[in-house]
Amino acid sequence: MKSSKWLLPIILLGLWILIYFNLQLVSNWLIDKIFKLPQGKHLTEALRFFIFEVPKVLLLLVLIIFVVGIIRSFFTAERTRKALEGKSLFTGNVMASMLGIVTPFCSCSAIPLFLGFVESGIPLGVTFSFLIAAPMINEVAVILLFGLFGWKVTAIYIGTGLVIAITAGWVIGRLKLEKHVESWVYEIKAGHAEGEEEKIGFGDRIEAGYAAVKEIVGKVWIYIIIGIGVGAAAHGYVPESFMANLMGKSTWYSVPLSVLIGVPLYSNAAGIIPIVSVLIEKGVPLGTALAFMMAVIGLSLPEMIILRKVLKMRLLLTFAGVVTVGIIIVGYIFNTIY
Amino acid sequence: MEIKILGPGCTKCNTLEKLTREVVEKNGIVATITKVDDIMEIMKYGVMSTPAIVIDEKVVLKGRVPSADELKQLLTK
Repeated sequence: MKSSKWLLPIILLGLWILIYFNLQLVSNWLIDKIFKLPQGKHLTEALRFFIFEVPKVLLLLVLIIFVVGIIRSFFTAERTRKALEGKSLFTGNVMASMLGIVTPFCSCSAIPLFLGFVESGIPLGVTFSFLIAAPMINEVAVILLFGLFGWKVTAIYIGTGLVIAITAGWVIGRLKLEKHVESWVYEIKAGHAEGEEEKIGFGDRIEAGYAAVKEIVGKVWIYIIIGIGVGAAAHGYVPESFMANLMGKSTWYSVPLSVLIGVPLYSNAAGIIPIVSVLIEKGVPLGTALAFMMAVIGLSLPEMIILRKVLKMRLLLTFAGVVTVGIIIVGYIFNTIY
Repeated sequence: MEIKILGPGCTKCNTLEKLTREVVEKNGIVATITKVDDIMEIMKYGVMSTPAIVIDEKVVLKGRVPSADELKQLLTK
């Protein structure tokens, strides 16, 4: 029984490696030998890009989501809360931001999580660090960035995302806005009869990996194909530097403008990243593009509406404001470095 | 048996409610199923990740939608 749990993932991993490292070969073979398309033509190169990128990104997605699913089975909202209880402001912000990356989170459970944190005495600023990091640095974003831009941009994204979550949470903590939480929040008597923790064995963790792949890949694959399709189309057809005049480095307002456009937009990471890759290719500087992406996936209108139930307007706006300013600063820093 | 599905109305919570009703019906389990979407009520169970299933006032699962088999096991235990 136990060996079979091991065996399947190992066989699948072998297959994965075989396919992944031969993709370039196969896609070139398909384009040049089977379809016999003329080399160098726009349509040919757009197709080549599409046929290579789609399976590549999907393969990366499946493997990493599987691993993330297993890792996440070690982290629960309850354990994260326990780890954060009684932490001082700065340490708490750092820990909350990092735990925000690995703890399973969806914006629909933002409220129970917020209430659970506040109720057990975790400072508001620390709670916000978690709420900022959790959606912004998510596994789909990380995989796509890695697949399309390489590890450097990915590391930059994770690093700056963490810095924003830590500082924004810290600033909110220092502003002492506790009284701007809706008063009913403090009246909640949460039960602590949580029962014993579910006992999870190795086999269940592997199952959690499969479940994560089924759930997340099942939801985002279509966005990825569309996104890469748009990317491929723009690859050969839209002139380079098309966007450079509008959003280029020399225009000072490009960063705040792209962030202001990004905040009300709501998309998952899978839908937005291929678009970002096109923007970058067409002359939008890296900082501006990353800032746009952070604004789209880190701050969203639906989440704001959900949070309005527990936060008074002033706190909600402060939260949105602090994060927006953080993203804009990061955008400018990158445009200066690159 | 009394089954409560806790969830403030997200897609996953609705999926879980539907699944529970299916499993209960299929296996002839005698139970009342209620959906709890009031957040105050949910917090009473100390649940921080939704959806969650409460059977006879005890939280048996939270934060995910189980497979039909797993749910059947939980309900027939």
